[in-house]
Amino acid sequence: MARMNLDVNGKVETIEADPDMPLLYALRNELALNNPHFGCGLAQCGACTVHVDGQPVRSCVTPVSAVGNSKIVTLAGLGTPEKPHPIQKAYVEEQVPQCGYCINGWIMTAAAFLNQNKKPTEAQIKEALSGLKCRCGTHMSILRAVKRAAAMMG
Amino acid sequence: MTKMHNPTHFSVSRRALLKAGGALVVSIGTSVPLDTVLAAGEAWAQGAKPPLMPDQLASFIAVNADGTVSAFFGKMDMGQGLFVAIGQMVAEELDVPFKAVKVIMGDTATSVNQGGASGSTGIQLGGKQMRMAAAEARRVLVEMAAAKLGLSADALTVSDGVVHAKDDASKRASYAELIGGRYFNVQLDWNKEWGNTLYAPGKAKPKEAKDHKIVGQPIAREDIAPKVYAQEDFCTDVRRPGMVHGRMIRPAVAGSVPAKVDESSIKDIPGARVVWENGFLGVVADKEWDAIRAADKLKVEWSDAKPPFPNQTALYEHIRNAPVRKREVGGKELGNVDEAFKTAARVIEAEYEWPFQSHACMGPACAVVEIKDGNITCWTGSQKPHFVRDGIALTLGVPAETVRAIWVVGPGSYGRSDADDAAMDAAVLAKAVGKPVRVQYTRDQATGWDPKGPASIHRARAAIDATGNVIAYEFTSKGFSRIDVNTNGGAPKDTLAGHFRGAELKSADGFGVPAESYEFANKRLAWETIPPLLARASPLRSAHLRDPVGPQVHFASESFIDEVAAALALDPIEFRLRHVKDPRDVAVIKAAAEKAAWQARPSPRKDQTGAKVSGRGIAYSQRNSTRCAVIAEVDIDRASGKIWARKFTVAHDCGQIINPGGLKYAIEGNIVQGVSRTLWEEVKFDAKNVTSIDWMSYPILDITETPEAIDVVLVNHPELPPTGAGEPSIRPVAAAIANAIFDATGVRIRRVPFSPDRVKQSLS
Repeated sequence: MARMNLDVNGKVETIEADPDMPLLYALRNELALNNPHFGCGLAQCGACTVHVDGQPVRSCVTPVSAVGNSKIVTLAGLGTPEKPHPIQKAYVEEQVPQCGYCINGWIMTAAAFLNQNKKPTEAQIKEALSGLKCRCGTHMSILRAVKRAAAMMG
Repeated sequence: MTKMHNPTHFSVSRRALLKAGGALVVSIGTSVPLDTVLAAGEAWAQGAKPPLMPDQLASFIAVNADGTVSAFFGKMDMGQGLFVAIGQMVAEELDVPFKAVKVIMGDTATSVNQGGASGSTGIQLGGKQMRMAAAEARRVLVEMAAAKLGLSADALTVSDGVVHAKDDASKRASYAELIGGRYFNVQLDWNKEWGNTLYAPGKAKPKEAKDHKIVGQPIAREDIAPKVYAQEDFCTDVRRPGMVHGRMIRPAVAGSVPAKVDESSIKDIPGARVVWENGFLGVVADKEWDAIRAADKLKVEWSDAKPPFPNQTALYEHIRNAPVRKREVGGKELGNVDEAFKTAARVIEAEYEWPFQSHACMGPACAVVEIKDGNITCWTGSQKPHFVRDGIALTLGVPAETVRAIWVVGPGSYGRSDADDAAMDAAVLAKAVGKPVRVQYTRDQATGWDPKGPASIHRARAAIDATGNVIAYEFTSKGFSRIDVNTNGGAPKDTLAGHFRGAELKSADGFGVPAESYEFANKRLAWETIPPLLARASPLRSAHLRDPVGPQVHFASESFIDEVAAALALDPIEFRLRHVKDPRDVAVIKAAAEKAAWQARPSPRKDQTGAKVSGRGIAYSQRNSTRCAVIAEVDIDRASGKIWARKFTVAHDCGQIINPGGLKYAIEGNIVQGVSRTLWEEVKFDAKNVTSIDWMSYPILDITETPEAIDVVLVNHPELPPTGAGEPSIRPVAAAIANAIFDATGVRIRRVPFSPDRVKQSLS
């Protein structure tokens, strides 16, 4: 067990945990941030995605001790209804979900991509999101939402 | 969705809860979460709540003190937005604004068993009941207003929840004034059935479609923002005081059981404990990470078990040779098929194969069970929480009245997924350790051990006379039953916890026949089931997976119709229209053809050379009165075998459309999942166990393979009852793609999935 500081959503929290424990369990169980979901534990689906220093990271395979002083942002820290990230706004406007369990992967990955890539082509968007899973088959509306967000971000 | 109301209502609701105890608390005996209290309790101000039975209007509809309406729905939305449509139907009949209705789903303490999510019946059967209940509530409220205002009911109408005189709007009484905060005490005419077939109308007749203002509108979902802003919890997020974390341990060889469990191997892990009962083996620990480590570290010796499965390569041979346990002819044989075949000038025959497929839910199942003061509460993502209640009662040997199951949104389940198993496992663990237990399955358990969509073969033959007419048609499916385990976790024989603790798997017989209206003078559609590979806890036990057996049956039947059309050198649509008799079937086929600008010609096309070729294909089917035609346009890279299902045109007729917006999304999801099932999905296994245990070994469609367009034509029949849309459009997808591949290449692929390797092989 080790004491560690985690900078999550702009707040530094101290936790005590096995350094090998994946970040996902620190966020969910120590900090009660429910939004990153457990989907596979294998970095194969994206349901656990958070930003670490602006990069999308699969928290289910990232040891909590590897994060150091990096800034972690979860879906809850990405935006609010009052101050949404454009991809969140677009998700609502395009009515994307079926079940919504996969949302973290798509939104966090798309947000990081859109933050760094203005006016992406459809092929670039697909490539950036490749590997993420959605079992309900909302792919069509996910792409519509990302394109809409890209347009908002100019 | 149950969002929290203004907290200032709490004191009122708290009192309501106490008074309402007979229904909500005492018989259940466990704490009621605040949101339920607010939703259910607000409706109550005086008088007792009638028993939660289907013959009580109060079991479906309540008018709250502020005039809002609670609709208690015994089915649930698994992601397609069903609750919006239900809210529309209720608001329409009650003449209240849509936003005044809150649909509360899937809590056994507040809703009766309407069957849960099941067979695309959410609107068709569940909505029908809610519509009748709402209409009856309006009728009663108008009667109450008539008495209060001293007018005849005929002289009254309702606008936005206010009953008023037709000729004088000042003579009025609002629903809130009439009954707000009290329960209806109105008897319904219940047919004494539970589940999907439950029906309990009142005396009222629902509105005619011409008077609908809310039904038919594309009203948006309001549950998306809370998900997108991380404000809504899923089942996996439920936490209870004192809760411990559980993990299950499954055998490496299906059929083996723990012979020796060395609990000392996890003694260094804080709070780690073993729960072992016959074949049932799990661990718990206070911290989730410790439970994961304990499951990993626990030393177990397993009994010797003969590897129970055939080689994967021998699967279809196994099905071909297996004894037929039950044979059933669907509907009625027309004419005399066997005699007609004797007179054929030519016989066309083909056989098709479909693999086991997994629900592979986005999140492995999760459930929490708390046992407190002799009462049990289960938080579950199961699409049938009422049956989870019954299953827990039987699993733990307690009366069902002491169990409450609360559905909390989980990953989409698409049928009898792993959710029901997780609920039972959590119940057994919670009972054993005396603490609330949260069970979270792992990915390998979710994909490896969920009940599977059954593998099958399908034989079709057509007799052609000398003039090229089809004189006889026979179609026979043979495969594993779709109900090795039942469609719900309502009994130990149907759950892994039951099997591992000693209950036998009692496979029942269920399959299906093509649903279409082809008219041939002699016609026989039949199915045959075979025994399961392992009649106990089995990772290849079969059960309902979205559109149970629909994709496999119609992959075969609609591929075969295309084969006959090609053999007769006829355009696939022209051939279908010669034989399809139902006018609504004809209409969807024509609507799809028109939208897709279909050019009539026989398949295959012969004007393409080179590695990259394209083709188009059609398939159509019915499903419980809904009908759907799908045209696929696909690109094939002959060199790599890679298929891109580039464009779909879907014509869909589900009777009256309640919400065209939600319907379009439901169809898109079906098409995309259908493409995934067709191109990629196959459960792999070896003699010992399922080897598809993650997203690498069970690939699904990637976003890079998304169709470029899905054009949907909604055929609306407001004059007809609404029928299902949750699954029908997945049915024709595989055949439409197969037919398009044939059109492009002249090669007929008769085995799903059409993975690049298989396509390449078929084309070479």
